[in-house]
Amino acid sequence: MRNEKNTFRQAAWSEPAIFDLGKSGRRGHVLPVVDEGVRKTVGNIDRLLPESMRRLSRLKLPELSEVEVVRHFLRLSQMNYGVDSGFYPLGSCTMKYNPKINDLLAGLPDLNLLNPYQDESTVQGILEILYRLERWLAEITGTYEVCLHPAAGAHGELLGTLLMRAFHKANGELQRRTDVIIPDSAHGTNPASASMAGFSVIVVPSDDEGCVGLGALKAAVSKRTAGLMLTNPNTLGIFEKNIDEIAGIVHEAGGLLYYDGANLNPLLCKVRPGDMGFDIVHMNIHKTFSTPHGGGGPGAGPVGVCEELGKFLPIPRIMFDGKRYSLNYDKPDSIGKIRSFYGNIAVLLRAYAYILALGREGLEEAAEISVLNANYLVKKLKSIRGLTLPYNDAKPRKHECVFSAKPLKNDTGVSALNVAKRMLDYGMHAPTIYFPQIVEEALMIEPTETFEKEELDRFVEIIEEICQEAYGNPEAVLKAPHNTAISRLDEVKASHPKTMTLSWRMYQARNIQQSKNQPK
Amino acid sequence: MLKRRDHPYIPNSQTETKKQMMQEIGIKSINELYVDVPEKYLLKKPLNLPEGLSEYEVKKHVETLLSKNKTSKDLPTFLGAGCWPHYIPAAVQNIAERSEFLTSYTPYQPEISQGILQALFEYQSMMCELTSMEVANCSMYDWASAVGEAARMAARITGRKEILIPKIIHPERAATLNAYAEPAGIIVKEVSYRRDDGQISLQDLKEKWSSNTAAVYIENPSYLGFIESQVDEISKEAHAHNALLIVGVDPTSLGILKPPGEYGADIVVGEAQPLGNAMNFGGPLLGIMACRDDMSLIRQMPGRIIGFTTTQDGDRCGFCMTLQTREQHIRREKATSNICSNEALCAVASAVYMALLGPEGLRELGETIMYKANYAIQLLSKIVGVKVPLFKSAHFKEFTVNFDNARLSVKQVNERLLQHHIHGGKDISREFPELDQTALYCVTEIHSKDEIQHLAETLEEIIA
Repeated sequence: MRNEKNTFRQAAWSEPAIFDLGKSGRRGHVLPVVDEGVRKTVGNIDRLLPESMRRLSRLKLPELSEVEVVRHFLRLSQMNYGVDSGFYPLGSCTMKYNPKINDLLAGLPDLNLLNPYQDESTVQGILEILYRLERWLAEITGTYEVCLHPAAGAHGELLGTLLMRAFHKANGELQRRTDVIIPDSAHGTNPASASMAGFSVIVVPSDDEGCVGLGALKAAVSKRTAGLMLTNPNTLGIFEKNIDEIAGIVHEAGGLLYYDGANLNPLLCKVRPGDMGFDIVHMNIHKTFSTPHGGGGPGAGPVGVCEELGKFLPIPRIMFDGKRYSLNYDKPDSIGKIRSFYGNIAVLLRAYAYILALGREGLEEAAEISVLNANYLVKKLKSIRGLTLPYNDAKPRKHECVFSAKPLKNDTGVSALNVAKRMLDYGMHAPTIYFPQIVEEALMIEPTETFEKEELDRFVEIIEEICQEAYGNPEAVLKAPHNTAISRLDEVKASHPKTMTLSWRMYQARNIQQSKNQPK
Repeated sequence: MLKRRDHPYIPNSQTETKKQMMQEIGIKSINELYVDVPEKYLLKKPLNLPEGLSEYEVKKHVETLLSKNKTSKDLPTFLGAGCWPHYIPAAVQNIAERSEFLTSYTPYQPEISQGILQALFEYQSMMCELTSMEVANCSMYDWASAVGEAARMAARITGRKEILIPKIIHPERAATLNAYAEPAGIIVKEVSYRRDDGQISLQDLKEKWSSNTAAVYIENPSYLGFIESQVDEISKEAHAHNALLIVGVDPTSLGILKPPGEYGADIVVGEAQPLGNAMNFGGPLLGIMACRDDMSLIRQMPGRIIGFTTTQDGDRCGFCMTLQTREQHIRREKATSNICSNEALCAVASAVYMALLGPEGLRELGETIMYKANYAIQLLSKIVGVKVPLFKSAHFKEFTVNFDNARLSVKQVNERLLQHHIHGGKDISREFPELDQTALYCVTEIHSKDEIQHLAETLEEIIA
């Protein structure tokens, strides 16, 4: 039994802002009453607080019953789309299935109720898990040791570039080593991270094959080079086959090689960044190791380093003497801290369970199938009118591929953006668009290993249908989406200083012209 | 041992499907897709990793390891210090587990992501109400990194390079600030405190000002739990020097404490973990970042901000990410920060928490914490040999306990408490040597009167 036609409709509740719900005096949660004896002993709270520090204005929060709060947020959740809803080919984001057992384990009180400063004797279990996870991640990346602290990939990049800084400083070369070299196909976080760590960014253009041009790299390298940040496979999904030469050029110049782990998935148990000469490697736990992305986080971005850089890692380091796990703060060369405590532990625990469930062979299978799926899509999509695969379309891709909708746009006026919006009408998430910037009208597609062939086939059918529609009846595509909770939004208005409204306070203060669909 | 084929998470690993797909591509082996990888880098030996396990085995394995931990279920625990124990209403957990939120990515396609966008807008809005600011972003990693980002933000806004911070500050927060500040050429200077009440020394503050001061950063409540009450003077002083006032907060205090927006804060940071998020051994946390409605501040703000808008036809209201030209994917090396993934789901949990508690609940929360913490202060201060608290100031949920007169180190006290199945406060004797053998204790709404009495009795027994 199945419908031949697309019948997808996302829930479209007319759900007001929470400030417009409820009634004065309603309660959604009640706290335990303070014991009379306690009150008597302490006396009036107001007496304890200096008068100048008391809140005099009443908090203007909504007043709702528990029922109303749950209903409100449940309705909002129904106007959202996750990996569990369907295909999510968001390139570079590795939106793979998030195994449910991992969420269950991360919700156990034996984890949830742990304070980070508990006596080591009371946290041996979690320390053992984190210690082992560090070892496994070091093994997978071919690095000497791993720090679990960073809260996200970009946070890992910041740590990585701070390590570069510490390394050159220790060598007395920081003054002259001011440049970090970054390919033009890199994620925007790379230049932003290098800049946060105080470096200047030198961009090297990609060659005709979509890889780092060796000539361009040689020209960019100098005695000012602090390091190179590289994604491999790169954001086109192409393996940097000259990695040997690249590593040679950078190391020769005294620079460090940084591996952006956003695209680590296709290499699991196949190839290791450390073996290719990378000195610093970050991983995206919420990509490669299946942890849920939560609508924007929390993620985790552990960093692995070669032996020489280990001493600079943030404190504390987890130690094991064969009997007991402990936290070592005594690291005089450490860069210190990049956050409080030891990392996004509830996320890292999920990754631990994921590695355990798949094991060595399962991880390799995940890598291989992610590549199989991507190349399967390449094969199928290549024949669709309006799309091309720039940068050598005969070359195998790894985990993702980047098509260009430029011919489609030239022929019909339908852009990559329009294709993406139209995809939503089919109950499928859109690919990443307009990235990498070296591909015009880019559609960056990453299927991951966790979607079945039938879902991939449906994706191809939908893309084909949209392209045909563009040639026949472009209006429907240009005005898409039609079946989502809301039609296309005015994103310019959202950022314009005159209309910009970033909170309920601003909304009230600016008295924005109320729209028809009142109240929201 | 589980066979690698047919793994439940990898549907196309099924032999027939795999074969069919390989045929379609025209390859005989998957390795043909790796031809461009230099042969010497293809792993020849299996990595030293565990064999795959069934779900049941994974569950048992992890549960067994975690059960080696001891939590507040097993022993009353009086630890906070930046990660605090609070009750999380069941409805918060239930909403945070909704898979449409949990398994979604950053809302790059707003039309299909209205749910998380509205929830995050509401988080921002409620955070603005709590702090009395007009703009909040939809989260930073944690309080510590938020301080680092705020310092860089202040330096960009003012074009100056010095930040003044109180000497009484969480050492991990100070260390993080240094890591963020140093590469930007920002110099962090400490302002000393008054020994009797812990308050910032206004005298020292006066001496530390310079024409290069970008901002002064203060915390309320302070790391050691007392309320800094000279906020109006400090604020006035900061603005007289054309510098910014950055305030760090524990939001559970803001139901009863004057919000920073009412004493002139330009930027507010803090830790919202206690609003509906579990401790989880210190992460994930939820960094607060808010500022005034002033374009010169907003344009320099790091992180994702959700804004209100309408559909292109103007028919309906909706939400999307705004001001993305500040961000790395557009501005690259000129971005205000590299942050992209943040702690969105924790922010949703906090939004649900704030909505459930409402104005009355948050006031009650603040009062209850303050009652119980001060009850503990009173009981403990009766013990001979113990000085509680060290500072003559109002305390909110944490306070210092000094054991010098008992001739015991914090370490010794804590070891003995543990033997009595109680977990004492954080040893701060190395962080603040001038305070000698002092611990930082935390009491919140979850600590019962009995537990507090038990702590006092046990301490008395241990010390005697």
